[in-house]
Amino acid sequence: MTVAFLQLTLGLYFVGILLSLIYLLRRSEVLARVALAATCVGFAIHSVVLAVQVFSGEVGVTFHKALSFFSWSLILVFLLVVILQRLYVLGAFILPIAFLSLISTAVLPAETPVLQPMLRAVWVHVTLSMLGAVGFAVAFVAGVMYLMQERLLKSKQFNVLFFKLPPLDFLDTLNQRSMLLGFPLLTLGILTGAISAQVTLGSYVSWNPEQLWALVTWVFYFVVLMGRVTVGWRAKKAAYLTIVGFAGVLLTFLGVVLKGNGISVS
Amino acid sequence: MNIILVGLSHKTAPVELRELLVVPDSRMGEALNRLMDHEGIREGMLLQTCNRVEVYAVVDHVEQGFSAIQEFFVDTHLSVSAEQLMPRLYCHAEDRAITHLFRVASSLDSLVVGEPQILRQVKDSFQEALTHNATGVILNKLIKKAISVAKRVRTETRIAENAVSVSYAAVELAKKVFSNLPSRTVMLVGAGEMAKLAARHLVNHGVHEVLLTTRDPVRAADMAARFNGTSIPFEDFRANMHRADIVLCSTGASHYLIGPEDVERAVRARWNQPIFLIDVSVPRNIDPDVRQVDNAFLFDIDDLESHIEQNREERRLEATRAESIVKDEVEVILKWIQSLKATPTIIALRKRADALKETELQKALSRLGTLTPEQQEVVEGLASGIVNKLLHGPLVALKSAAQSSNGFVYIEAARLFYDLGQSFPEQQSVNVENVRDETDVTVEGLPPASKEEPEQDGISRQASGL
Repeated sequence: MTVAFLQLTLGLYFVGILLSLIYLLRRSEVLARVALAATCVGFAIHSVVLAVQVFSGEVGVTFHKALSFFSWSLILVFLLVVILQRLYVLGAFILPIAFLSLISTAVLPAETPVLQPMLRAVWVHVTLSMLGAVGFAVAFVAGVMYLMQERLLKSKQFNVLFFKLPPLDFLDTLNQRSMLLGFPLLTLGILTGAISAQVTLGSYVSWNPEQLWALVTWVFYFVVLMGRVTVGWRAKKAAYLTIVGFAGVLLTFLGVVLKGNGISVS
Repeated sequence: MNIILVGLSHKTAPVELRELLVVPDSRMGEALNRLMDHEGIREGMLLQTCNRVEVYAVVDHVEQGFSAIQEFFVDTHLSVSAEQLMPRLYCHAEDRAITHLFRVASSLDSLVVGEPQILRQVKDSFQEALTHNATGVILNKLIKKAISVAKRVRTETRIAENAVSVSYAAVELAKKVFSNLPSRTVMLVGAGEMAKLAARHLVNHGVHEVLLTTRDPVRAADMAARFNGTSIPFEDFRANMHRADIVLCSTGASHYLIGPEDVERAVRARWNQPIFLIDVSVPRNIDPDVRQVDNAFLFDIDDLESHIEQNREERRLEATRAESIVKDEVEVILKWIQSLKATPTIIALRKRADALKETELQKALSRLGTLTPEQQEVVEGLASGIVNKLLHGPLVALKSAAQSSNGFVYIEAARLFYDLGQSFPEQQSVNVENVRDETDVTVEGLPPASKEEPEQDGISRQASGL
């Protein structure tokens, strides 16, 4: 049942992505509306699936659930931005990330959830880290859009995409805000992860790839944010840096997968 | 009953002539009264903008109407002679007049196709005519339709979307860098006309602060007053460039005034916040190498022109789509006008009555069984008698309506009462206001005599008509 629903969600997101991509190059607002509608329906079903996954069924935190939650939160943020700012063009950039993370739950090998004595702490750790990752994903997307728009402005290509993409300073602000949101969440995520590791394994850090990349990513974003505040690393530079930073997030995810048995053991 | 149009526009007459024909607002009532005093003019509206002066009218006879309106124009201004005016005037009737009205309202006939002011001007002229009771059922419907067509064109095509002037293109491009112009500062270097125009546009878009600099201190002070800005000594403008988000450059200098190193310094001082530079001077005043500077966006006159050319092309494409919308809508309104003619309505009414009588008669006869021929005759006679007596009044009224000026009201009413089919389906895109007007049927169908205060936006309820 859950699997069928999940497939339906993926299908709807896929429709949303396709239409959003066509919308980028076509002058039709209808496409964006239909894409949004498909995404909304997909999101509703996704919410049900997520609730079922979390509140019933097997106990314990798995990376599948975490990724599904990441994807869900990303779509939630997307819907909020679209509703508040009418920025339909965002769909073509955010939806693919959400889709890929959701579909990877189907591709990645099934894991055996590890039961935790301190289940709650692990939940908090995963939720916070994933929300932090959502912030960085949005910053990444804002960075990509910034560079595209910057390129179009510099080369004087006043095409459809140029008209669709928002102004540069809007993208820069979006980049900054999502980083400012993502960074404290990631910090708390790492702290709760360390605490639960201390409780379950007796040590705060065990230097596995997940932790290593998480720390590297944290330090990187810290430097980027500091650079922004102190020496004006904004605009184009900030866009490049957040794109690089997001690679760190992805490598952390990869570290979790390689570890094989879920996020819970830190 | 004929719809006609007589007028002149930027396409047929120079501004010297057009301006003579413009009636000041204060004398509009008088002018409309003068127009309506001409024989055979049933309804009239005077549309005047800086690019056109036109009279739309409903008249008894086309030719008589044309000469009446020509006379009206000649009488408008003492120094205008008939010989001077006649070759400049265009006269259209029926579908051509309607098409013209729809094209004008949709800004397809404008000097700058797609410009937005014309719709407001049409609304104002209509309001004026309503206030002075110059329009009636036909023009009310026609002009409301023109307004709704214009709105349809505006929403369904992109005719009005993109900038088609250099100064406006500068604003449009600036908006792609800065989302919020009201928090931005613009620096005007030099006093070239085009840059001033662009600065004016930016100020109209609410730019926060204007900095000015020119070599001539007197001129600088004058411009500072005009733009409510701050004047900066010419020698210091480079050092102050970081304060500006948008730099507009237009001087008579024959060399580069701003080089890459100046811009680099400004960007650094701005902590890498983008800076937007527009160079409308020829020869150019900003070194093209500025393009290489990160977070600096330089556009020269050619860049702006190419942006505009793209927009113009876009508008041309959209205009053809708009023309086909106009064509469709003209057909719709022509059908409605056709339905207002008396004869087809009388025929339709007769047919409908006969058909009803026939079905009812067949029902009754089949229930009565076999009747003698006399009996059958009596029954049939009874049915025909009732139908004819009932129809007598309406038919006589319709026939006399055909002769009277406001007869369309009766014809439209008859079509409604006897369900003869409204051949004028209202557009879905018409706003609430029009829908309400549609239900506002008054018995006479003429605008009420009371002169209510016109509504702030759109057309007042006086426009009810049918």
